Amino acid sequence: MAEIKYTDDHECIKIEGDVAWVGITKYAQEALGDLVYVELPEVGREVKKGEDFAVVESVKTAAEVYSPVDGEVVEANDNMADDMELITQPVSEQGWIAKIKMSDPSQLDGLMDEAKYNEYTESLD
Amino acid sequence: MKKTALHAAHVALGAKMGEFAGYDMPLYYDKGVIAEHEWVRSHCGLFDVSHMGQIIVEGPGAAEFWESLTPSPFQKKAHGRAQYTVLTNAEGGIIDDLIITRLSDNKFFAVINAGCKDKDIAWIRENLPAGLKLEVLGNRALIAVQGGWAERILHEVLEIETDDLPYMHIMEAQAPSFEKIYVSRVGYTGEDGFELSVPEDSAEEIWNALLNHPEAAPIGLAARDSLRLEMGYPLYGHDIDATTSPVEADLNWIISKKTDAYPGYGRIAREQGDGVSRKRVGVRLLDKGVAREGAEIRNAQDEKIGVLTSGGFSPSLKESIGQGYVDPAFAVPGEKIFVNVRGRNIGAEIASMPFVPAKTKSMKKKEAA
Repeated sequence: MAEIKYTDDHECIKIEGDVAWVGITKYAQEALGDLVYVELPEVGREVKKGEDFAVVESVKTAAEVYSPVDGEVVEANDNMADDMELITQPVSEQGWIAKIKMSDPSQLDGLMDEAKYNEYTESLD
Repeated sequence: MKKTALHAAHVALGAKMGEFAGYDMPLYYDKGVIAEHEWVRSHCGLFDVSHMGQIIVEGPGAAEFWESLTPSPFQKKAHGRAQYTVLTNAEGGIIDDLIITRLSDNKFFAVINAGCKDKDIAWIRENLPAGLKLEVLGNRALIAVQGGWAERILHEVLEIETDDLPYMHIMEAQAPSFEKIYVSRVGYTGEDGFELSVPEDSAEEIWNALLNHPEAAPIGLAARDSLRLEMGYPLYGHDIDATTSPVEADLNWIISKKTDAYPGYGRIAREQGDGVSRKRVGVRLLDKGVAREGAEIRNAQDEKIGVLTSGGFSPSLKESIGQGYVDPAFAVPGEKIFVNVRGRNIGAEIASMPFVPAKTKSMKKKEAA
């Protein structure tokens, strides 16, 4: 199973070579409630670490999704725009929102692994 | 934060709680907003709306008094009849929207918005003539029972018979082992349903008894908002406020042609004659996305023509809807517009409201057999 990294803004990231697949965690999905729409980034867009590149809309609110790295959007999950259920899948399957080609993969070094992230979310509740 | 008499019941049900108008209120329960919304449309939902204010105005000339504070007619209202209306300020803006029900010749019951309670009560007191009495019912809870099953649930759980109670009417009921309940056939969902004004100390027992019915489920404020949005009902503080007149808000149907003694009559009469500079309309998104309060409404030339005052996803229509104010030249159903969300124009159109047909009953009394 692919190793998944987590940000404290509740993005989850699968790393494949120099490409980061970015989705949002179960915790974030549950906090947002029923999800109805995702605004995807355009392919080719340059993003900076910490920049919002997508917006997830739930019945209650709109939540920005932040890029964990500097890089270029190489793919956006168009299927998700038609079927929001996909976001509940693992990020390593259909649950990714966009794939970002990283300029500096070392930017991911500080991110949490699953055990750390679980500890982190427990501390939030 | 303030709590309603049902607060512990919401917590016990595992509700996600949040602040609304100074109260800690249930936003949604375990099944989520969309499931709750759909349950009300297909079965029956129970809402705790005890945060709203309940008042009685009583005394000679009470009907004339309401005609001096609202643009609606009250003198000829039948006993038991409820009227949706607004309190207007001297500039013709809206202080609050409310339902006022005539209990008897000189006695009226009114339900006011939670966030407006203090200012409404102060305003009513300030204008109250000698001889009239204002009573704030601080010890009553309010439970809304909304949905196609509502009538049967009241019958089966509380032995309250509402068969002869038309829409927008009130009755007194005496459920076994409970004190007097005021049952109003009103609501904020577009479904058939009731609001039960019950003594606070019986509230939890009545709530739990209703909840035991298999067709009833608790519904939070989030679904209450999406349900009312589908009906095009305005939400005070968002779709109507102290600057919007009832004419701009497209509430002409509440404005009596025979009264002129209420605050702001001058502006309201002028706008009815000469037109308004902005009008409340429904908006339906044609392209994907969600537009919320504050989004600019633009025309085909990308010029601003208005602003969205409410917006969200409609669980019934599976598309995004909203309401807002536009230049009246564009206030025509089917008119193609854009709503600007985070710098992006989303295709939309002006839509007539309600977005979903109302299932409320007739307001007419049944003919005697």
